Amino acid sequence: MLAFSIRRIFQAIVVLAVVGLVAFSMFRFVGDPIDNMLGQERTDADIVRLRTQLGLDLPFPIQYLKFLQGAAQGNFGVSYRQGRPVADIIVERAPATLELAAVSVIFAIVGGIVFGIFTAIQRDGFIANAIMTSSLIGVSLPTFLIGILLIYLFAVELSWLPSFGRGEVVKIGWWSTGFLTVSGLKAIILPSITLGLYQMTLIMRLVRSEMLEVLRQDYIRFAFARGLSDRSIHFKHALKNTLVPVITVTGLQIGAIIAFAIITETVFQWPGVGLLFINAIQFVDIPVMATYLLLVSVMFVVINLVVDLLYYAVDPRLRSDGAVKAGHQ
Amino acid sequence: MGDTVLSVKDLVVDIPTRKGVLRPVDRVSFDINEGEVLGVVGESGAGKSMTGNAIIGLLDPPAHIASGEILLKGSPIQNLEKKEMQKIRGFEIGMVFQDPLTSLNPLIPIGEQLSETIRKHLPVDKKTADKRALAALDEVGIPAAASRINNYPHQFSGGMRQRVVIALALCAEPSLVIADEPTTALDVSVQAQIISLLKQLCRERGTAVMLITHDMGVIAEASNRVAVMYAGRLAELGSVEKVLTTPEQPYTQGLMASTPLASEGKKRLNQIPGAMPTLGALPSGCAFHPRCEFAYDKCRVDPYPTLSDCNGRAACWLVTENSEKR
Repeated sequence: MLAFSIRRIFQAIVVLAVVGLVAFSMFRFVGDPIDNMLGQERTDADIVRLRTQLGLDLPFPIQYLKFLQGAAQGNFGVSYRQGRPVADIIVERAPATLELAAVSVIFAIVGGIVFGIFTAIQRDGFIANAIMTSSLIGVSLPTFLIGILLIYLFAVELSWLPSFGRGEVVKIGWWSTGFLTVSGLKAIILPSITLGLYQMTLIMRLVRSEMLEVLRQDYIRFAFARGLSDRSIHFKHALKNTLVPVITVTGLQIGAIIAFAIITETVFQWPGVGLLFINAIQFVDIPVMATYLLLVSVMFVVINLVVDLLYYAVDPRLRSDGAVKAGHQ
Repeated sequence: MGDTVLSVKDLVVDIPTRKGVLRPVDRVSFDINEGEVLGVVGESGAGKSMTGNAIIGLLDPPAHIASGEILLKGSPIQNLEKKEMQKIRGFEIGMVFQDPLTSLNPLIPIGEQLSETIRKHLPVDKKTADKRALAALDEVGIPAAASRINNYPHQFSGGMRQRVVIALALCAEPSLVIADEPTTALDVSVQAQIISLLKQLCRERGTAVMLITHDMGVIAEASNRVAVMYAGRLAELGSVEKVLTTPEQPYTQGLMASTPLASEGKKRLNQIPGAMPTLGALPSGCAFHPRCEFAYDKCRVDPYPTLSDCNGRAACWLVTENSEKR
């Protein structure tokens, strides 16, 4: 297990380095930050001075190495637009995105598993078929459209829920939470449904097909022959056997939820890191963009590591094979 | 032999399909007594497993019991509520499946699978259930059971897993065990051990056994009586000695003649011409008549005979006619 973890951490470092390199090479095509930073009445001398000051005159591999050097020490540079350290800005924005992502993930996993089991057990039942059909909507509609539809229905027509923002937040240390105020809780409902709906339908369809497969197995038949109750068979014997593929996909989807909160945050003007990133692109704020991408890849890597470790917890057959073999899968 | 444990009367199982109703089990009747082993033989698709599944109430829809009676210790169980049937499964009727490699849940330790079954059926606390689970593993001959009770199924060999399956089927002391080809997936050397284990445990407890197999060797070794099935119908029913040595029904005769014997050396095996009809295309009259060398008009035209139509042992018009002539 230890060898496996160490190997994975080394792999993670390589992945992060490559992601950073690709990202940095692309920033040169986004635009020139100098255009935005200096007004109309700039002189050539100003441009050269600022370029040298920001280190933009260096070749991009050197810029990249300098960024990595700083990042390794926890210094992600200074935002071109806000003139503040990027680390501070991210720390300030991260709680909003993480809370939104957490609620969406819980919504997606709980909803997905419950509906998935229900539609598998009640196969061909009327309600199950209705759920399956409407889940097609969740899969096929783009996120921003769902968000706009929800805003129209619940915020504009019914005016039950706010259409944008986080509501009131309470500061706990450096973390600002919206969970402790009514307006904060109300504000998170629509964005988290919007963000998690696609993932929920995906998990639901996966759980359903896995469950149908497992319910055909001999050991389920044998469990029925032993006189166990339906509930024990469905939720203990069958569900456990569907979990390995479900964990894999769910893990990837959690990464996606955090990374692609950008669209939802834009639609709902949610003050998180996704919105920060969109604004950074418009302004060609290279340090912010680079830090954000690095952060997202760190999350993907960590989630994948957790998923691999969860396999061991769920499936005893992997444990006895030894960690070394599993590392090559 | 003791009291009748299971009594099946004119059992009919139907599967409605778009092309019409298929009848995989047709007017099958037999009894099994306490401590008795009834071997059920027949080719694949003869309706052996379907009969077993009908008894324990595990027919896969749309298959269902269309008519007939299944009496367990005298009370009918064919139309019980789901909850009532759950109490009977495992507690009154245990079942052993063909493939031990897939019969056990791979993610749950065997001890837990045992104790959950025990606690489902017997009013005992967790500690007692765990103790009984350990005793059950000991009884089926798992070496060092105490140290293996928390192991997962993949840590056991095929033969050992079938022992665990038998422990699971017997742990709530059922009065009937349905063993559906319990040795088919095992090595020949392990087969004999499993059969003698099953036989010994059931004799000790007086458990009735319905042993479904297509292996004549297993039947000869383990059962007291034999039921031969063909195309969903009972062809012959009688004691092992009678059916194996002096079969009366022409299908059984053909089956016996085509069983290889070590004593006969390299003789060419007999075979029955043709193949068993599929359920969708059963011939009129006796299902065996197209392959039967003794078939005559009555076999082709009349509704097929059941055991009770004839002498109670073989379902064949010829048998009736011969006995009348005598």
